Parts: sequence; structure tokens; C-alpha cells
Amino acid sequence: MQEIYVTSDKLDSKACTDNVTYPGAGGIVVFVGTVRDQTKGKTVKHLEFESYEPMAIKEMQKIADDAVEKWGLHKMVIHHRVGLVPITEEAVVIACSSAHRKEAFAACEYAIDTLKETVPIWKKEIFEDGEVWVSAHP
Amino acid sequence: MTNGNKMKIAITAFGIAKDILQQKQIELNCSESASVGDVRAQLIQNFPDFEKLASLKFAVNTEYVADDYELSANDEVVLIPPVSGG
Repeated sequence: MQEIYVTSDKLDSKACTDNVTYPGAGGIVVFVGTVRDQTKGKTVKHLEFESYEPMAIKEMQKIADDAVEKWGLHKMVIHHRVGLVPITEEAVVIACSSAHRKEAFAACEYAIDTLKETVPIWKKEIFEDGEVWVSAHP
Repeated sequence: MTNGNKMKIAITAFGIAKDILQQKQIELNCSESASVGDVRAQLIQNFPDFEKLASLKFAVNTEYVADDYELSANDEVVLIPPVSGG
């Protein structure tokens, strides 16, 4: 499995979990970002994600490398889906393992927070009556 | 540098930046020593909607760069409007 991956195929959080599993792990933390059916009370039909893939991969790799180094993780896997993603499906999966749970929790939260700030991926919400690029305007 | 030579810079856009340009890629005529800041100013002048964005970053050759970065003709320049992955 590629540890850092952008794909238009369905994600598989179980496979990501298996990938970071190892005998020395005392904790595995997995964050799964899923597509919600509404935003600010408005019904969302689905999301569309676009990425600048070569840079997105580089920025995701930086996050994983920093997290492994800072929290002494065994491993971190980050998968992000692009294209049309239906309601309830996985848009992002971040899995990491370490000897103890605290490091894994902290590293996983760091990874999703940083991904949302630095990785060149864009989300468009599709409504019944229009569409909006998320966070584009103040 | 004031030799007045021009270079063409190809700029690729994603997300709402692509909508503002109404195309995926444009070419700008810049002075030979143009910085990212110069390109930003030129873009805002031609497409005022860029100023309404929460932010507009630039990447050159797949790395974020600051406004004082001096561009070369072969640079891969990409507009990065506010990201919203996850």
C-alpha cells in the first residue's frame, strides 16, 4: 500500500489501519473524515474535491514525516480522495500507530489540522440550487 | 534589472482561482526580473475578484513561495486559493 496517496477511488480505512498495525503498537488512532449531508442547515448533495496532486503528495508526506519524528510514531498513513464523493463516504483517512496512545492521538490531530491548512486540495459543496468552494471567502 | 526584457509566465489555477480566471491556465507577460508579488499585483488588476478571497498563495515548482520570490520563465507557477481538504 502507498502510505501517502491521492485517489479518485473509494478509500479503505480498514486497510489503512491494517497497514500501520505492528507488534510493538499499544495504540492505533484513525481519523476518518466523512461527507456530511448538510452545512449551516443547507442540504448538501455531495462534495467534489480537486487537488494539485504532486504538491498535495509532497505536503502530505511532510506532515507524516513531521508527525513520525515529533511523536516517535511507528508509522502514519494519509489517504485523500478526490473527485465526486457521496454523502457518508470517506474523504480522508489518517492512521497512525505508536507504543502508547497519547502520542498517536496527538499526532493524528496534528496531521488533520495541518492538512486542512497546507495541503493543496479544494472542496466544493454541491447544493440543490448551486455550489460553493469551501473557505474561499472570509 | 531595468533592461526592459520581457518573459512569459504560465500560471495554473485550481479551485475558485480557476473559476475567477475562467480557465485552467493563463500566460502573463512580465518583466524579466518579475517577483511573485509583481504577478500577484498584475493578476489582481486584471481579475479584481482575487482580492475578495480569504487568501491567495503561490507555489513554484510544487513549493509555497513568498512574494519576494523572483520568477524564471520555466517555473511552474500555481495559484493556491484557500485550501479546504479533509
